[in-house]
Amino acid sequence: MFLLSWLIGFGRFWYGFIIGDDWTVAAAILAGLIVTAILNSRGVAAWWLVPVIVVVMVGVSLRRASRA
Amino acid sequence: MTGVAVVLLTTFLASAVEAVEMVTIVLGVGATRGWRATFAGVGAGLLVLAVVVIAFGLALRATPIGPLRLVIGTLLLIFGLQWFRKGVRRVAAHGLAGLRLRAADEPPEWIGDGFDWTAFVLAFKGVVLEGLEVAFIVVSFGVNAGQLGPAVIGGVAALVVVAAIGAALRGLVTQIPRSLLQLVVGILLTTFGTFWSLEGLGVAWPASDGAILGLLALYLLTAATFITIERRRAFGYSPGT
Repeated sequence: MFLLSWLIGFGRFWYGFIIGDDWTVAAAILAGLIVTAILNSRGVAAWWLVPVIVVVMVGVSLRRASRA
Repeated sequence: MTGVAVVLLTTFLASAVEAVEMVTIVLGVGATRGWRATFAGVGAGLLVLAVVVIAFGLALRATPIGPLRLVIGTLLLIFGLQWFRKGVRRVAAHGLAGLRLRAADEPPEWIGDGFDWTAFVLAFKGVVLEGLEVAFIVVSFGVNAGQLGPAVIGGVAALVVVAAIGAALRGLVTQIPRSLLQLVVGILLTTFGTFWSLEGLGVAWPASDGAILGLLALYLLTAATFITIERRRAFGYSPGT
């Protein structure tokens, strides 16, 4: 029982740590990293993609939060 | 300059760059979340680092630093974005009056009774990743130049000097209002997270490490823009009015 509650608490910590209050931001960053990896493997300069996603997702998330 | 001095100076400067990144994260996390868990994270990180360095020694040159950068960088980037957004909202809400609040007047980020694992993990990851990079620099330079002793002295000296500067700045940093500090640390974590995660993917940054400053400028501008937008949305005026 103690182990189970510890595991649940551990899982909650990591979810809160990684995902937080807006899972779409984490999903967009992961998608951006995957696309960057694909473009990079094909020789396309894609260093700009994740910074652009960061800027866009900060705006989207803030707008969503203020509407809520 | 002799070969020994060149190796000493080179490893000192290269290690100092990594140490600055390490101390920046530790200082920001400690000032925002509290020092107990942060120092515990630093201690645990240094312990793991010591075990890894002693266990692997010269084999450290084979450390898969790329995947490590990708994993830690991604975690810091996603976590940093949470503080980035919260910081923008809080600074936008407090406005210029918020910037004049004393740190003691604001509620602490961590008010629970238990241990602050977030501060622990952030400090731990920063120390382990940057410490491994320092170890990697020391071993690579030292072995290639046939001067491992001076390289170790240069690396350790850089860590000690930068840590001492960080400790001296600690009192100053804790005077900054937490809402502003959370925004600044969020921007720093997002900057380093972006840089490391893409480096881990093997992406070549324009200007190499200089790209960190470019990212920092971009995210500072982004924060300033969204603070203005949030204040207009909430109050119908800009921060200057």
